[in-house]
Amino acid sequence: MYDVIIIGCGIIGAAAAYELSKYDISVALLEKENDIAQGATKANSAIVHAGYDPEEGTLMAKYNIKGASMMKGICEAFDVPYKQCGAFVLAFDDNDMQEVEKLYKRGKNNGVPGLRITGHDETLALEPHLSNNIIGALYAPSSGIVDPWDLCIAYAQTAVRNGVDLKLSNTVVDIVKMDDRFIVRTDKGEYETRYVVNAAGTHADRINDMVCEHRFTIVPTKGEYYVIDKKDSDLINATIFQCPSAKGKGVLVSRTVHGNLIVGPDADPQEDPDDTSVKQSALDYIMEASLRSVPTINFRSVIRSYAGVRANSDVGEFVIGEAPETPGFINLAAIKSPGLTSAPAIGLDAVDILKDAGLNMKKKNEYVETRKMIRFDELSAEEKNALIADDPHFGKIICRCEHVTEGEILAAIHDVIPALTIDAIKKRCRSGMGRCQGGFCGPRIAEIIARETGMPMTDILQGPVGSEILVAPTKSREEA
Amino acid sequence: MEFKYDVVVIGGGPAGLAAAYSAWEQKDTKVLIIERLEELGGILNQCIHNGFGLHYFREELTGPEYAQRFIDRLKETDVDIMLNTMVTDISSERVITAINPVNGCFEIKAKSIVLAMGCRERPRGAISTPGTRPAGIYTAGAAQRYANMDGYLVGRKIVVFGSGDIGLIMARRMTLEGAEVIAVLERGGVPSGLTRNIVQCLDDFGIPLMLNTTVVDISGRSRVESITIAKTDSRKNPIPGTEQKIDCDTLLLSVGLIPENDIPEATGVRMDPRTNGAVVYENDETTTEGIFACGNILQVHDLVDYVTSEAIRAGKGAAQYAKNGEPGSEGLLDVEVDTNMITYAVPQMIRPANVEKNVDISFRVRDRYEDSRIVVKDEEGNYVARYGVKAYIIPAEMQRITLPGKMLEKAKGSKIIIGIEKGE
Repeated sequence: MYDVIIIGCGIIGAAAAYELSKYDISVALLEKENDIAQGATKANSAIVHAGYDPEEGTLMAKYNIKGASMMKGICEAFDVPYKQCGAFVLAFDDNDMQEVEKLYKRGKNNGVPGLRITGHDETLALEPHLSNNIIGALYAPSSGIVDPWDLCIAYAQTAVRNGVDLKLSNTVVDIVKMDDRFIVRTDKGEYETRYVVNAAGTHADRINDMVCEHRFTIVPTKGEYYVIDKKDSDLINATIFQCPSAKGKGVLVSRTVHGNLIVGPDADPQEDPDDTSVKQSALDYIMEASLRSVPTINFRSVIRSYAGVRANSDVGEFVIGEAPETPGFINLAAIKSPGLTSAPAIGLDAVDILKDAGLNMKKKNEYVETRKMIRFDELSAEEKNALIADDPHFGKIICRCEHVTEGEILAAIHDVIPALTIDAIKKRCRSGMGRCQGGFCGPRIAEIIARETGMPMTDILQGPVGSEILVAPTKSREEA
Repeated sequence: MEFKYDVVVIGGGPAGLAAAYSAWEQKDTKVLIIERLEELGGILNQCIHNGFGLHYFREELTGPEYAQRFIDRLKETDVDIMLNTMVTDISSERVITAINPVNGCFEIKAKSIVLAMGCRERPRGAISTPGTRPAGIYTAGAAQRYANMDGYLVGRKIVVFGSGDIGLIMARRMTLEGAEVIAVLERGGVPSGLTRNIVQCLDDFGIPLMLNTTVVDISGRSRVESITIAKTDSRKNPIPGTEQKIDCDTLLLSVGLIPENDIPEATGVRMDPRTNGAVVYENDETTTEGIFACGNILQVHDLVDYVTSEAIRAGKGAAQYAKNGEPGSEGLLDVEVDTNMITYAVPQMIRPANVEKNVDISFRVRDRYEDSRIVVKDEEGNYVARYGVKAYIIPAEMQRITLPGKMLEKAKGSKIIIGIEKGE
């Protein structure tokens, strides 16, 4: 029997698992996919929001501000790419300017540091590629960008190093409440636990309803994005927002921590919590809207489009805390934007919520609280040489666009959370994220996975279960 | 350890092999080939079909055989070869930074450099097709590598999008392996691959070529389950109401090639937006002194034979630069084209004093022209050269003319213009 089972290994579940892994309790982390960080954590705007958006007094405001203040420290400890690049909210007319002033006041009330309103000239002096049609902007210097997958992966890896049991490919099908414990049934087996933490993202309402009163309904809301080639991405420094509307924070233009430009998202409610297909109409919309902010974005340099599904809900607020009617069941649910920013703070709070719910826990004497990554391309020539001398696999570049070495790929394959699909390796190493989108390195990475694991090539997956990249040997191989 | 060479050739594919041999032939030239992979030959190694060498060797060879001819020639020379070595930077002073498992991260000083890194295939992201992002979508070249190098099939029910040569070749290859190739789709009204490939790879196997057709949606969460196609209008945009769903497990893309130009661009080599390759002089030298370019990094070719002759010119130029330095540019001629009919020409500039006998100029036309001839005029509109009437000239086939140096001397003004005229 576990003390705690966390359902869902996105950024929220992973952050909670890490914080709990510092205590002398047994924790399991169940994930329905065959890798972690597969839901909204994988496909979002990658922004650390300053905190001027959520209304005063909401949980969203509280966790946003606290999470943003924790982000730099946690990213340093985990060696996760993070950059405090600032953000602008653009005003194109007087209505927008009123909205900017409203956001300014709200931000001040929420405690956002350094906020100010900039005029047309100052804004353009700071961001020369913005549209000349702006009349002013809200400037939030504390806003930032982060690698959301790597943050989730770092949390989960460190949690696992501290003893958390990660169980991939386990879809929860039922939860039964007994007197002093829960039985969590998945498609793979049954697990007993004293406490359940629901961090199931777009599936969190279904999980809640298995054992609690219905208290919220997830409204899966898709957002589409374009990714632009690095060579045409050097147009802005800060993240560029438009004024928020009923649809959300509007279409943004942002750098990624890796140097690309991303443009998006749309906000399109849908039934299916897992449908991440991209619609042409949405792509057309984000292109048009983004050009209003930054007119010179070169859409001929698009290298990828993607969509993520946000766990928006009908309550318009995070649902966090123990269900009063079901003691021991804790929701960390309905985490929409600013969920990524809030994650460190929500994870931390999970500890207090569980303590309040009666779980006795004592800090371990020793636990891991840092993580190091080798990112070959970022090293100096001396560091590269030292690394190659120690392990020649670092002298072999597999992904030529992003300069990812075989050494980095082997580290991902043999990690405490083994990366065994092409997408899992991509999320950890960036292989396939450049201009040719894996056309060159994909086959080579498949060969490396097969070699390292002994899996037949025809079993190698692109990503999810059922995504085999090859269907059969050729005739000549069959005969051989 | 310090590495110093007269000529360093980056890339060990068809262009690099020929350039290195040609540079070595210039006597007393110390040449190095840097190759990223574990063997020489480049993309030819996975091109196991025949049809290579018809022009250059007057024989029909497979890709690996064609490459082996040059590898064998190099074995008789003192050209050095570094395998498993990736170049990460080139300075305008021709210092190359490279990485490999043996030497680590190291520098090579070159008197001249030949860029011969080839090109990449445009991926799905570049054409921004909506829908899901499952397994089962590959560039034709990736599928070719899986089939011919690794010995695996990527799918059983296949649609090929784009009528580039690799797509056509793979339509045939997959059919021979027992897969069903449902159709080859082309967004425009004219196939982009060679006529001989349309005939030998599609017609001979009864594979339909659907012109003016595009992919508007992809379905399937883990693996491709179907695609939706639509007819296109004259601007290649889908026409609403013409959608049609096709069940398939694989979509192969053959939608164009992008010269591998990140490094030269970062070095400051001037690029031609029409070719996505470097701007070069008559000997394939770029605008950065001592740096040459040839093969698919310079312009996308249809025939390896033409890559070879371009590379021979670059290798020779690089060896001469290593010996004699920069040639004079008196009387510099810009090579321009009649932009209504021709998209680009390579080389873009000619230094007449540096033309020994002839200069080869290659270019592509915008449209199909029948019973027409290629002409070269000077700035005053006088004919510099007129070539024989051809039954047809098509965009899919790169055109090449040999312009005698003597004729260049006649040219008045500072440029020559290539055009197409109706023959009589």
